[in-house]
Amino acid sequence: MAQGGYAIELRGISKAFGPVQANRDISVAVPKGTIHGIIGENGAGKSTLMSILYGFYRADSGEILINGTPTTIPDSQSAIRAGIGMVFQHFKLVQNFTVLENVILGAEEGAMLARSLSKARKVLGDLSREYELDVDPDAVIEDLSVGHQQRVEILKALYRQADILILDEPTGVLTPAEADHLFRILRGLRDQGKTVILITHKLREIMETTDNVSVMRRGTMVGTVKTAQTSPEELAELMVGRKVLLEVEKAPPTVGRTVLSVENLSVTDEHGVIRLKGVSFDIKAGEILGIAGVAGNGQSELLEALGGIARATGRVTLNGAELPLSGAGADGRSRRAAGIAHVPEDRQHLGLIMDFTAWENVAFGYHDAPEYQKNALFMDNDALRADTARKMERFDVRPPIPSLPAKSFSGGNQQKIVVAREIERHPDLLLIGQPTRGVDIGAIEFIHKQIVALRDAGKAILLVSVELDEIRSLSDRIAVMFDGRIMGFRDPETTDERE
Amino acid sequence: MERLPNWADLVLVPLVSLLMAAIIAGVIIKILGESPVAAFKLMASGALGTQEGVGYTLYYATNFIFTGLAVAVAYHAGLFNIGAEGQAYIGGLGTGLVCLWLGESPFWVVLPLAVLAGAVSGAAWAFIPAYLQAKRGSHIVITTIMFNYIASAVLIFLLVDVLRPDGQMDPATANFPEATTLPTLNQIPVFNLFFTSKVPANVTLLIALAAAFGVWALLWRTRLGYSIRAFGKSEDAARYAGINPFKITMIAMLLSGALAGMMAINNVMGEAGRLLQNSASGAGFIGIAVALMGRNHPLGVVLAAILFGFLFQGGAELGMWTKIPIEMRVVVQGLVILFTGALDVMVRMMLTRIFAAFRGSKTAKGAV
Amino acid sequence: MDYATLLQLLDTTIRLATPLLFACLAGLYSERAGIFDIGLEGKMLMAAMASASVAYLTGSVWMGVLAGIGASLILAGIHGIASITFRGNQLISGVALNFVASGITVLVAQRLFGQGGRTPPLEGDARFAPITLPFAEALRDVPILGPLYYEVISGHPFLVYLGFATVPLTWWVLYRTRFGLRLRAVGENPAAVDTAGISVVGLRFAAVAITGVLCGLAGAYMATALQAGFGREMTAGRGYIALAALIFAKWRPVAALWACLLFGFFQALALRPDVVEGVLQFKVPVTFLDALPYVLTVLVLAGFVGKAIPPRAGGEPYVKER
Repeated sequence: MAQGGYAIELRGISKAFGPVQANRDISVAVPKGTIHGIIGENGAGKSTLMSILYGFYRADSGEILINGTPTTIPDSQSAIRAGIGMVFQHFKLVQNFTVLENVILGAEEGAMLARSLSKARKVLGDLSREYELDVDPDAVIEDLSVGHQQRVEILKALYRQADILILDEPTGVLTPAEADHLFRILRGLRDQGKTVILITHKLREIMETTDNVSVMRRGTMVGTVKTAQTSPEELAELMVGRKVLLEVEKAPPTVGRTVLSVENLSVTDEHGVIRLKGVSFDIKAGEILGIAGVAGNGQSELLEALGGIARATGRVTLNGAELPLSGAGADGRSRRAAGIAHVPEDRQHLGLIMDFTAWENVAFGYHDAPEYQKNALFMDNDALRADTARKMERFDVRPPIPSLPAKSFSGGNQQKIVVAREIERHPDLLLIGQPTRGVDIGAIEFIHKQIVALRDAGKAILLVSVELDEIRSLSDRIAVMFDGRIMGFRDPETTDERE
Repeated sequence: MERLPNWADLVLVPLVSLLMAAIIAGVIIKILGESPVAAFKLMASGALGTQEGVGYTLYYATNFIFTGLAVAVAYHAGLFNIGAEGQAYIGGLGTGLVCLWLGESPFWVVLPLAVLAGAVSGAAWAFIPAYLQAKRGSHIVITTIMFNYIASAVLIFLLVDVLRPDGQMDPATANFPEATTLPTLNQIPVFNLFFTSKVPANVTLLIALAAAFGVWALLWRTRLGYSIRAFGKSEDAARYAGINPFKITMIAMLLSGALAGMMAINNVMGEAGRLLQNSASGAGFIGIAVALMGRNHPLGVVLAAILFGFLFQGGAELGMWTKIPIEMRVVVQGLVILFTGALDVMVRMMLTRIFAAFRGSKTAKGAV
Repeated sequence: MDYATLLQLLDTTIRLATPLLFACLAGLYSERAGIFDIGLEGKMLMAAMASASVAYLTGSVWMGVLAGIGASLILAGIHGIASITFRGNQLISGVALNFVASGITVLVAQRLFGQGGRTPPLEGDARFAPITLPFAEALRDVPILGPLYYEVISGHPFLVYLGFATVPLTWWVLYRTRFGLRLRAVGENPAAVDTAGISVVGLRFAAVAITGVLCGLAGAYMATALQAGFGREMTAGRGYIALAALIFAKWRPVAALWACLLFGFFQALALRPDVVEGVLQFKVPVTFLDALPYVLTVLVLAGFVGKAIPPRAGGEPYVKER
């Protein structure tokens, strides 16, 4: 290894966005011809670092060396010239272009297309054979599967003769089979002398594919180790910065009657793709059912169908009464009236109106609640403000100012506003998605306690989270979802990440 | 990046935008060979200096309050209604027909019916664009533009071929009966203390102010208004909250069309006394400028409407007494829309820099 | 209706379709690059005024055309600054510039000529003369095709031929050149263009500039070829009809040609209500023909006549994201 020296060397890279220090004095060296993992929690600064390398941002200070030569990368064009290719988490493809057109975009040969297209067709043929990257060059992107679209992104980089390939969270949207194929491709690339940088927060991928791994935590580089000489436990400790995983104190459940009964629930999205394929389960009073699985396997659709946002088929009963799944009565308002509260996965997009004040957001979804009305005509904004002040105090929202717009609060405090709004309704069933995404440690513990308290008050809770630790520590039962189906139920004590 | 204080965003941004539009207008006047200061003085005296001038200013302002509110209500629902002009045309048709058919009835019967007919007709004209937006996702900006032209064609057809009395040359209806004449401000208690002779501003001004208050109460005090504003900010979030997108789009657009249509009380029934071609004379478009300038708040809309009433009347005076054509006011209108609606980011960036520099110098002094 | 009348109608159709075609293709470049432009009307009007004024003052129609393009480019530049540089609302910017143009053309014409916002009538070299195509005279007597060639195809001013030539040119640029590929890409997914190392801002400004040039030609044609001089509001909503044609054509150049010819044909019919009545055996109000392009466009937008899918990134300012 490292006969050829380093493909990339970063020295003392720092980058701040306003008051937020995204990268602090980062140094790392990536030997040529290796797969190098960069691992860290969400928000650790991995993506920022790679964006600097790809010319999207300029570092405030520090030095970049490519193949031993100091290089400035003011824009993406320079990065491409330096031999760097990037596969973004969200693909940068033109949906109604063919594969060929996407590949040549920005790397055309001269002003006419014909020459570029025929050259690209030939090069693509060679690349596909060499690296198991077979894609029909004339297929239109929007007709391709996610896995194939990703291959197009890799082909784009290789067509530009990239020697260094950066992949940002490449498996978030892939099925396990697609992911395995991707890793085969990456190993093939390495064996041909390319350097691959793999950014991820999944330990399994790091352990299986990388030669070396660098760990980032809160904007700093904690360390770089050889993958063969480390363990998932050690990496996890480096990532989180402490040994203990978050454990929630909770008493054994006192389970009551069945609150929610779901039979054969299916959801088809607007493109006609079946996202949820006949799911069935029950949740009893005083029980937390956790849904585990890779994101994009139907969990979001499950929440949306039960929350009245997405149309569905099947049979769902709440306390024995059947809920309409499409047409009249299949909306968020009717669900709330029936006793279902919903903390959505994406609070900024769904759960809050960012321009509305905190008190307006506390009424969100409950603006027709009787206690917020002055009379038949008008809302009682004073009562609403007073109620908001009370909720803010109980949930320790900072700053406790009801008239502040939602966008002025930190992520954790925004989430507390949403959780307060939903939990304080004492719903019979709480749907809660990604309860602690982008939330600081202190708030995580608080929100977890609130969820457990609701359970102990005899309510039913459906929890969806990509954080397995969270699912494990909160749930009384775990359902594993894959490809729109529930693969089975597990006991939280015995579930591990592989499932 | 630093943020502007709230008050500066609300008050300073529109004022600076207006100032920049005024500066450019001044330069244009200078190029046209007139003195900007003299022109402004003439505008001021023409629009504010006499009873008649004030009467016209308020008459125009009344039109603009209606169309400004129309644009603002739709805007709060996230819809850009460029169709207020066409809705005002068709509103005029409704009001005009009521005046022609029921004009001999007592005043207290005709006025409410005329208001209702204007509102219903305006709303009806907004119905198809609203429905196509809500159900089929057709871009409402384009459909409302198309509907402006269609409205104009419909009106010309009716005025030329159907409603024009025999022997009359110009495309217009017959004069409405005497009884439809609205009380002008000089006939209304309190206002008659200022206005001693006949002015074009009439009782519709009070209806417009009531409408502005109504819109404010609706948007910020009712569940429907809350739903409209939430939907306008985020359709997905509104759906999560159980707000029905179809219903809100329809209600907001119908309300918008109704407000634009109600303008007909002022111009068709109050001023012209018959239905003319081109009766809205661009007020529907000025509504866009008024709404932008007034930050889509009814109070802001009323103030901006008065400002534009002043510009409109003052511009007419310029056209009459100087070499500056009356079209100057269209230029100013365009500049205001440009600076408040499209270059607002530029204005905000400028102000933010000035604020930052100001703060910087203050802290620097503090450090010394 | 006899053959001569039909030829006359078609001749008028071509004359009236030309400004629509220039403006429609103008809009095509801008919107394909993701910048909505409802300010076609204003740019045409500015160009009409500038070209008529300069053509009158210099006596040269070519100087007039250049001035028209220049004036249109100024508005296009402002639209670009507002919607690309400052990421402002593209629709509002377009509306605003239409008003500015509507007023300022009258102000300038009044200042220059003092004739109530008009330019004096253009004569001689200040105006485009009709071009008789080769053999038009000779072939005139060939049955059916001869008169068609002579009456309809030959005998138009230069800009008409330029306008029709712009259609295949646009098709070729859009689908066969690097610039066209990038242009279409930036209107669909600017992030793809940006990450490929191409300037989104540069591309979009280029597109907006082409829009300016073509709108300039549309306006210059109005004032120096179709008519002989500028009059207030002389474009009379043609910018919006062109926009309608663009949607009708689903943002494709060849379809744009047919849409503009169709809408031009409606306008030609509106000038000859007697012919319409003769053919249909009942009286059709002229206003109905005037409104037809708008009604058809609404039907297209509603999805009753195919589905019009605008460029995906249209109207959205591009903000770089991580």
